[in-house]
Amino acid sequence: MTEIVWHARGGQGAFTAARILGMAAALFADKFALSFPTFGPERRGAPVLGFTKIDDQRIADRSEIEIADFRVYLDETLLDVNNQDDIKENGIVLVNTASGIHATGFGVQVVGIDATRLALEILGKPIANTALLGALAAVWDGTKIEALQQAITLEMKPSLVDKNVALLYEAYTTIRAEMT
Amino acid sequence: MSKKLFLSGNEAIAFGAKLSRPHVIAAYPITPQTVVVEKLAEMVSSGSLNAHYLHVESEHSALSAMMGASAIGARTFTATSSQGLVYMAECLHYASGGRFPIVMMNANRSLALPWSIYGDQRDSLSLLDSGWIQVYAEDAQESLDLVIQAYRIAEDIRVLTPVMINLDGFALTHTYEPVIIPDQEEVDAFLPPYANPNIMDLQHPRNLGFSSTPKDNMEFKYQQHAAVLCAKDVISDVDAAYGKRFGRRYGGLVSNYRTEDAECVLVTLGSVAGTVRAVVDEMRKEGKAAGLCRLRYMRPFPEAEIAALSATNRAIGVLEKDISFGYEGAVYTNVNSALLKAGHASPVLNFIGGLGGRSITREDIRSIFEDLLAAERQRAIDPVRFVNLGVAAHGR
Repeated sequence: MTEIVWHARGGQGAFTAARILGMAAALFADKFALSFPTFGPERRGAPVLGFTKIDDQRIADRSEIEIADFRVYLDETLLDVNNQDDIKENGIVLVNTASGIHATGFGVQVVGIDATRLALEILGKPIANTALLGALAAVWDGTKIEALQQAITLEMKPSLVDKNVALLYEAYTTIRAEMT
Repeated sequence: MSKKLFLSGNEAIAFGAKLSRPHVIAAYPITPQTVVVEKLAEMVSSGSLNAHYLHVESEHSALSAMMGASAIGARTFTATSSQGLVYMAECLHYASGGRFPIVMMNANRSLALPWSIYGDQRDSLSLLDSGWIQVYAEDAQESLDLVIQAYRIAEDIRVLTPVMINLDGFALTHTYEPVIIPDQEEVDAFLPPYANPNIMDLQHPRNLGFSSTPKDNMEFKYQQHAAVLCAKDVISDVDAAYGKRFGRRYGGLVSNYRTEDAECVLVTLGSVAGTVRAVVDEMRKEGKAAGLCRLRYMRPFPEAEIAALSATNRAIGVLEKDISFGYEGAVYTNVNSALLKAGHASPVLNFIGGLGGRSITREDIRSIFEDLLAAERQRAIDPVRFVNLGVAAHGR
């Protein structure tokens, strides 16, 4: 099972990203998935989590993810780089940042992407979740960019689809280019 | 053709209700049920569901409206949670006593005070005696399938009793997962239109919703009891028929996992059963013979299925998100009674956890199984234990 935790503030789209990732796996990649938010009242600006579990078989355990394979930060002010306890060995931390962090250490790789800048350029809004989905597909071959494109097409309002798909691929190719 | 969607438990319930073609829906929104009634309102508004939708002023009115509609032969659906459920408590007894086959979804949520929107099962379990059939779903697919099955069970002429479908608030209502949406024609073939000969009808007037005297009240109550007992066979038949048509069977009143050769069995209900199943697999790999019995139905109570769990030197635990203050968990009281009647001599322990939405982790469940494996060797142990309690236990 692969477990992904999305870190953001209420309103930044963490749960939408968690759900689109699960949908891509469950409907367009022949896998099983669970997606859920931090439970409780919704408050704009408050730290929130989104969870995605993906596996080749039905997932019975619905409890919150404690040790993740991937942690994705839509807001870098939520990142504590000294905390390595909540991620698996060889896990990856993806961060939305303008400062270009790329670091390794403690068996954890940190990959930065200026997702907000890409979102402003393509969507005209600082909503970084789609860009981070593209970045995740670039660093993890367990999720296919084509499946994410199909999930975005199914889930988002028709007027938003083209720009979000463009943003998805822009982030994907940006990280791919840096990796090669 | 059936199709697969990525849905939350709430959305799955709305799809199940739509496929069952209710004539009347009356509801009042409450967290964490709100999405169910929003989705149904959208379906009615867009014309994809041909039903009368009543946005009433309270849960008490919602269930009252359901009784009125049901009395004239309409298929009815409503949904609620927590404070809303207990607000309609008066009507719950009315609906079961009136033998109205209403189907209602309840999102299990804590009861105030302290006020809390998080999940536990005290709302529905405190209404075990309201005369409704009570079933607890584990995942979104089962939730959808249960709505369709519930109408066939409730409307069976031998049963004519309302059904409450319980989903753990948030853990099930707000979690998204792949759900197969059955084909409407297949559902229509499985669930024929509601046909009750005892409806309000000007051509054939009869007495409905009446009062009674000591001379005949007890006979009505006995027949109500007998109908719920009779539902056991109907539930089993409906599960088999559903499996034959749609390929999904859930096992009737209970769903057992690796219990045959188990040294200890944990009985539980709702979505936490999935986490228990994962821990059973882990423990089996370590050579520890753990098993799971998931109670699907609390009423009618699966007495024979629980009695069948009894075995020499097999400790049995009950994990529930409930406490009946001053005694023990209500699920434990029921399970323990069935086991003692069957002559079970090994320890039966009660684990109370998850009150007010506290998560029950794999480690918690592992520790419960370790307690059960050790219980056989202990004497004079306190059978009621609280999982992860942050204050000193009474009398310690």
